Amino acid sequence: MQIILAVHFGAALVAPWIFPRLGRRAFYLLAAVPAAAFVWLLFQHGAVYASPAGAPAEVVPWIPQLQLNLAFRMDALAWIMCLLVLGVGALVLAYCGRYFKDGDPGLGGFGAQLLAFAGAMFGLVTADDLILLFIFWELTTVLSYLLIGYARARIGARRAALQALLVTTFGGLTMLVGLIMLGQAGRTYRISELLAQAPHLFAAGSPTAGIVNVALLLILVGAISKSALVPFHFWLPGAMAAPTPVSAYLHAAAMVKAGIYLVARLAPGFSDTAYWQAMVLVLGLATMLIGGWRALREFDLKLILAYGTVSQLGFLTAVVGVGNRDAALAGLALLLAHGLFKATLFLVVGIIDHQTGTRDIRNLSGVFRSAPALGVVAGIGAASMAGVPLTAGFIAKESVYEALVHVAQERGPAGILVLAAGVAGSVLTFAYSARFLWGGFADKDKGMATVFKPVPGAFLFAPALLSVLTVVYGLWPVPVDSWIAGYASLFPAEGEVTHLALWHGLTPALGLTALTLAAGTALFLGRSTVTRLQDRSPSLGSAEAAYRGLVNAVDAAAIWVTGRTQRGSLYFYLSVILTTAIGANVLALFLGRVPLPDTVYWVDPGSPVQLVAAAVIIVGAVAAARANKRFLAVLMVSVTGYGIALIFALQGAPDLALTQMLVETIILVAFVLAMRRLPARLRERTVGSHRAVRLLIGAAFGLTMVCVALAAMGARTARPVSLDFPNLAYTGGGGLNIVNVTLVDIRAWDTFGEITVLASAATGVASLIFLRSRGDRLARAATVQSGSVGRRQEAGLRNDDGALATARRFATVNRDPWLVAGRTLAPERRSIIFEVITRLLFHSVIVFSIYLLLAGHNLPGGGFSGGLIAGLALTLRYLAGGRFELAEAARASAGLLLGGGLALAAVTGVAPLFLGGSVFQSAILTFWLPVFGDIKFVTSTLFDIGVYLVVVGLVLDVLRSLGAEIDEHEENNTSDEDEAELDDDSLEVARGR
Amino acid sequence: MAANLTLLTVMGVLYACGIYLLLERSLTRVLLGLMMLANATNILLLATGGYAGLAPLFIKGVAVEAYNDPLPQALILTSIVISFAVTAFMLGLIYRSWLLSRADEVQIDPEDRRVAQQDIYDVEEDSVIAPDTSEFPAETGTSRKKTRAGGRP
Repeated sequence: MQIILAVHFGAALVAPWIFPRLGRRAFYLLAAVPAAAFVWLLFQHGAVYASPAGAPAEVVPWIPQLQLNLAFRMDALAWIMCLLVLGVGALVLAYCGRYFKDGDPGLGGFGAQLLAFAGAMFGLVTADDLILLFIFWELTTVLSYLLIGYARARIGARRAALQALLVTTFGGLTMLVGLIMLGQAGRTYRISELLAQAPHLFAAGSPTAGIVNVALLLILVGAISKSALVPFHFWLPGAMAAPTPVSAYLHAAAMVKAGIYLVARLAPGFSDTAYWQAMVLVLGLATMLIGGWRALREFDLKLILAYGTVSQLGFLTAVVGVGNRDAALAGLALLLAHGLFKATLFLVVGIIDHQTGTRDIRNLSGVFRSAPALGVVAGIGAASMAGVPLTAGFIAKESVYEALVHVAQERGPAGILVLAAGVAGSVLTFAYSARFLWGGFADKDKGMATVFKPVPGAFLFAPALLSVLTVVYGLWPVPVDSWIAGYASLFPAEGEVTHLALWHGLTPALGLTALTLAAGTALFLGRSTVTRLQDRSPSLGSAEAAYRGLVNAVDAAAIWVTGRTQRGSLYFYLSVILTTAIGANVLALFLGRVPLPDTVYWVDPGSPVQLVAAAVIIVGAVAAARANKRFLAVLMVSVTGYGIALIFALQGAPDLALTQMLVETIILVAFVLAMRRLPARLRERTVGSHRAVRLLIGAAFGLTMVCVALAAMGARTARPVSLDFPNLAYTGGGGLNIVNVTLVDIRAWDTFGEITVLASAATGVASLIFLRSRGDRLARAATVQSGSVGRRQEAGLRNDDGALATARRFATVNRDPWLVAGRTLAPERRSIIFEVITRLLFHSVIVFSIYLLLAGHNLPGGGFSGGLIAGLALTLRYLAGGRFELAEAARASAGLLLGGGLALAAVTGVAPLFLGGSVFQSAILTFWLPVFGDIKFVTSTLFDIGVYLVVVGLVLDVLRSLGAEIDEHEENNTSDEDEAELDDDSLEVARGR
Repeated sequence: MAANLTLLTVMGVLYACGIYLLLERSLTRVLLGLMMLANATNILLLATGGYAGLAPLFIKGVAVEAYNDPLPQALILTSIVISFAVTAFMLGLIYRSWLLSRADEVQIDPEDRRVAQQDIYDVEEDSVIAPDTSEFPAETGTSRKKTRAGGRP
């Protein structure tokens, strides 16, 4: 069984690749899958019916912790259902091969979904585990959503698909609750085991009785929503927006039968639970009458069939749900007959629609004369639906009447009511069957015969075969009887066992059949009166309108809530979040028993100067908050930053102090570069009460954090793990600088994550400024004219033309002793002193950064501070010589540095695995080099080099983006006019280099 | 353990000023607020390290308690560099926002406002559509009223 499932889903997965090659003929290939499975099924007959208890079963543990198994079981009920699922599935897929055109959009996906649907139905009826059943159940829901919505361009199809999805999912979720309740009550999710112990579960006085009764009620809600019973019946006619083969399969033979299958599956054990009979019989028969009545009003052939299906499904549910032997036999007999004739009729409607372009019975006329064979096939189907003798429908309806007569005899007035409703529904069924046949095929008095293209034999094959089966079943019901007997025997035998037969003698059932035929004929002949009556009868209010109202109410509630919470204001969101954070923490502080630190102190004996730094930081912070000039605010924040660096240094954290200083410096440069165009004033935009609220939230948050910090420190009881770090670092990491070894060795994963973030942020900065690419190729200096970058055009400078001319002469010399690209700058932008200092310092700073990187293992320093120092050196070059100088200074692109650094760090992490170690394990190598002497090299230094490269890449990206690229934006804004002014010498100088 | 009130006070003031700035509309102030929050958090981490101590450079024979706690230091070092990257990214954002709209402030999101004022009527769900009576309306001329899609939403 698992193989069958796997083949279905596997074939569905590859189907989309078959269709482009084969076109619609691929459907035949797909049809072969369920057809082959059908043949396999026939061979299983012997095993299935060998003994009632020993049905073939397969159990594979799936999630043992949840008692969830892939449990399948093929008993008589499953086998009969599979006949329909696989047989009709194969025929419908083959029919699709003629129904669609080669060029129809999305055909591959459609075929795959239809085949997967057949697989899901197969799984649903063979599953022997409640949860597994539910999974297949929902799978059919999702697939039916996709299939109904096949015509994606049509609003009606989309809406119908969503409606079917919502209704059946609602039922499915309700059912899930019921399934879990049942599984917990019975302490097993295996269906066969639950059925075996069913009577004990809800026997009066049993502790689980209440739960099981409610569970079955909830499960039935799922079943009736799937099988489109009142009050969920409206989704099925809506689902007729699906292509007709889908309607034939899903809405006649397969999916809607899932609900009936579930009722039939549970009936042997649970039909006597508290709410079962009332729910099944009342809703079933009500659905039968409502559906039949509506079918008499419709003009679309497909809708006649759809309401007919609703009606029949109600009937089936009621009969199957009665829960005795006769009814079980009759119910399954009707189920099979219905599958055969309803699929036939839908496929016939598909052919009519395909050949004429309409399904409206007011437009169809004379179809029988154009296509007599089609008419005969449809006639057989309709006759079976109506219950005319010599067809399957007759056999089934006879046995149903037989069973209902028994019910009437046993249950008194209620039983008689059930019988009467069944007969009335059957009369309606006869009438709409006749209406269907007349509407689809008869010559109408007005209008000409509809244009009808000849029907190819292959197109007619599937419905014709189904109608032949209908007749065979009608004439020789013995095999069907023996199949169903395997299921019916699950119910206790009462009196003599009835069988399906063509002739039972002159029984009450036969009389009822005669009555049905006569009344149905009368109803059809008096159809104009019926129509008038229907038009006059008041509408009872439609379930669909109720559904729409409910959906609209949910929409309205969603919009209301969204409107109240999604205000679009960051200030509002943050205020809510922060207030919540404050409130939650304050609540926890008051409610919980919060430990406080043993001692608190203001002056740390180890660093009394801290007080001064603290005062500076506080002043800086308050000034930053109050500043109304942009750069003043930035400077004030820098003051707090440098103050914190001082605190770090005093506290005994030289690495932190160093890094903080460097970062503050670079950030200051970045700020100036990025914000040079923004207005100097920072306008205050929130006023009045907002400002008070901000002050309040800020102060409250600060205070809360102080309390949280005190509580957190007071809560500390265990010995800190970091007390082991010094020895770990020295013996394990081979380094003296504990912080650095922590970063590159003990907590290397953290650092690896961090440099990944750095690389992403750097790429983010670059892409925000460069937009189209990372801009890794900066233009080189050789392509630029001397003195062309950043020329001033202000009128005020015209006064000292002489000085400017001298400066330009000086600047356009060929060689430049100080900076490689200094000549590209306009002379008024150059500073010779700055250039000289840069020239002297740059290489020393780079060497120093490498020293910091390598010495960091034992002394303050490391990859972070080394990389930042190197970044500062680049900053120096950029500030002194402009963007072309930056391009000359950093030949490697930022992307290369970032990627290379990450790769190096990753390799250091992974390499030990190949040498038998664990990820990020380090090794200490000692060797001798000619000049250096004995060397002790720790492999984690390689990781640190990766960190160094990433940090350099980050700083370079910041300079290139916020510096160089913004320079270029600025120049493009002003350079248009001064291009003409450039003298020819400078061009030649540029070319000469 | 003992708590250093000086550090905690500095932390509290930085948090308060940071939040005050964060709640402002100007993007520059928001960024400065974020930087102060990061600094405040670093101080919080530092405070958990206890009293000032020796720089965590291993010297044989020194008791492990004599060093300032190296673990918060490692965390802070990570935090400093990450804050730098985030700051640079925010600067890029501010510049781009300025370039596009000449505005240095967090705008009210018009999309959110539109959602809040949205009508309950939805074409996809609520428009009236005529029923379809064929899947092949174009192939023959007998079908009078064709009901194609009612327009994409």
